[in-house]
Amino acid sequence: MNTLSRYRIILPVVSLVVLLAATFWMQPRAMSYFGLNLLFNLAVPIALATMAQMMIIMVNDIDLSLGAFVSLVACITATYLLDTPVLGLAMLVALILAYAAMGAMIHALELPAIVVTLGMSFVWGGFALFILPSPGGASPDWLRALMTVKPPFAPMAVVASILIAVVTHLLIIRSALGTVLRGVGGNTRSVARAGWSVLKLKACAYGLAGFFGVLAGMALVGLTTSADANIALRYTLLSIAGVILGGGEFVGGKVSPVGAVIGALTLTLAASFLSFLRLSPDWQIGAQGAILILVLTARLIFSRKGAET
Amino acid sequence: MTDQAPAPIVTLTEAKKHFGPVRALDGVTLAIEPGDCIGLVGHNGAGKSTLVNLINGGISPSAGSIKFDQGDDALSAGVRSVFQELSLCPNLTVAENLRISHHELKGFGWRRPARAEIRASLDEIFPDHGIDADTEVDTLSIAERQMVEIAIAFAPRGTEARLVILDEPTSALDAGIAGQLIAHVKRFCADGGAVIFISHMLGEVFDVASRITVLKDGKIVAESLAEDFTREALVDAMGHVAAQEAETSGALQSFGPEVVRTPQGLAAREGEIVGLSGLAGHGQAAALAQLFLSRSSAWRSSKSPDVVFVAGDRQRDGVLPLWSILKNISISILKQGSRFGLVDTNVEANAASDWKARIGIRTEDTNNPVLSLSGGNQQKVLFARALASTAPIVVMDDPMRGVDIGTKQDAYSMLRSEAARGRTFLWYSTETEEACQCDRVFVFRNGVISAELTGADITEEKILEASFEMQQAS
Repeated sequence: MNTLSRYRIILPVVSLVVLLAATFWMQPRAMSYFGLNLLFNLAVPIALATMAQMMIIMVNDIDLSLGAFVSLVACITATYLLDTPVLGLAMLVALILAYAAMGAMIHALELPAIVVTLGMSFVWGGFALFILPSPGGASPDWLRALMTVKPPFAPMAVVASILIAVVTHLLIIRSALGTVLRGVGGNTRSVARAGWSVLKLKACAYGLAGFFGVLAGMALVGLTTSADANIALRYTLLSIAGVILGGGEFVGGKVSPVGAVIGALTLTLAASFLSFLRLSPDWQIGAQGAILILVLTARLIFSRKGAET
Repeated sequence: MTDQAPAPIVTLTEAKKHFGPVRALDGVTLAIEPGDCIGLVGHNGAGKSTLVNLINGGISPSAGSIKFDQGDDALSAGVRSVFQELSLCPNLTVAENLRISHHELKGFGWRRPARAEIRASLDEIFPDHGIDADTEVDTLSIAERQMVEIAIAFAPRGTEARLVILDEPTSALDAGIAGQLIAHVKRFCADGGAVIFISHMLGEVFDVASRITVLKDGKIVAESLAEDFTREALVDAMGHVAAQEAETSGALQSFGPEVVRTPQGLAAREGEIVGLSGLAGHGQAAALAQLFLSRSSAWRSSKSPDVVFVAGDRQRDGVLPLWSILKNISISILKQGSRFGLVDTNVEANAASDWKARIGIRTEDTNNPVLSLSGGNQQKVLFARALASTAPIVVMDDPMRGVDIGTKQDAYSMLRSEAARGRTFLWYSTETEEACQCDRVFVFRNGVISAELTGADITEEKILEASFEMQQAS
């Protein structure tokens, strides 16, 4: 491991720690089991959505439909999965397969992912409105119980984040399949030359993204107990920001699952931190953007220095 | 080539490959047997890359056949390639890159055997390589990457390497490391493996190859045991016999003052056509790009630019595919014809129809989309775009790529007449014949100028001599 690759994970960790320290300094009462859970509660679905986005960015594409997709999943979870679990589950599985098919189509027809996913975002949004024209529905009890479980020592949000990070790290960084998937992002041609079907690999990456998107939508309903067709639209940009904040690159298959989870936590925390500052919600999006720019600038400086030495 | 030879690993019979009208490979018959080390030489566009891609299964032949002794495809026959452009995944570690091409590694704990295998392969080929199997490839130097790629090609990977194709493997390596590679290739062939070795360093080729095959214009023009060739014979075999070219640039014109001089040594005088030659990818395009960028501003465009650029890679940095022919031509002169920042459509249309007539772009209407033209005519549009501006220096990056002979003749005469009016041309061409049209030729090798030829010295033979390293590889 050289310094450069170590910086990749150091920076997200440092930004989270700095932000966390600032939050505790502003609001010492947040430094408790309950406080931490409250701070990071909403980070769980965002972290899952970030994982979904990471699967796509890993193969050099970008997914603009993720927010709408998570919203659709939330709507299905709050209605069909509650009333007719078998049908609901079948729908969610079908959505994952649809994602895989979308990936295969993008590769086979050489379409730009950014356009296809933008188009699909309206399809998902339409379905979501069709299922749940007005906010409503309810969370299945087991899901609600799962999302409000109180494990010993650390709050659910923290445990869940660690679990997500460990599982995706094993899947993407350690496993043989994950290595080949990252290889697609690094040099598609050499992967194809080695005899792999890039079509299948892309479908696999998109399928994984769909899977994590479904988890994100379900986790969201478990927390909010109801759904709405526009509930997760911000997730598209949040997830992209999370991946980048966590040390990922837009191209080249450079992603870090652990970093991306930390990025998602940082973004969630940034929102809470800004409310502690009594900043009007109108300014929060801009302030979040400023934090993002700050971290990316730091990364650029580090990597330039790394390149010099 | 003995009678009791074992079955060839790969047999090509009259293999042809056409890209549109271009005959990249025009009927090649070749058999590679275990123990063979074939030195494959030829000038740019001779068909080396196409031949390599046919053998390793990257493309399939337009006609003829390729047969392997084991399995149906190159992979199962144990054919491995090291490409000229690096083809590792830069975001993965050395061991992970081995995994990409090693399908047997699966399940938990695949990393340990992967590390061991790549380490063993590196140790065997390059003792004291100092490469850690867990470093990410993008933190390695170019030479180290090349070493890793070679090591992966020779690694067993679940089967065994039986034929390894090395395309310019030593271009990024220093002499010591290259020596290690050559020693390994010899060992590998002695143990019954086969190698196709492509290099511009003839010393190396003579050192390592048992047989030498010379490609020219998609055909094998000479094939014999290495000891039957002399260097001179090899260069002769690669070249065209183009004796009647003498009429060009015979009369020494008087040129104006020197207008270009780069630190690298590239120079040009007013009214001169300067050629950049040598094997493709030896720094010519970079030299031109550097010159162009140093003479133009990234911030402001000028009404009278100093340098204009004619792109050879039309798709990548040439045509604006969605625009009409007219718009494609006039983009370089928008400023000249504009008033108050608005485009004067009359000036634009006049310039387009003027250049359409002067260069002979074959279209009824310059408002047709540019993609309705053939490749050669698209290139004429790019010429028109450059020449329509007032720039005194025109930089051309292999502009005749994939252009038919008629268009080429038109372009040559146009260049001559423009040069006579005092314009300076810097012309990188992969075709030696075109270099022979120039007043002065700089031959590039490994990113530096290896020869400057003028007047009667500009011959194909001299250019080839300067393109290939003649001295013995140490």
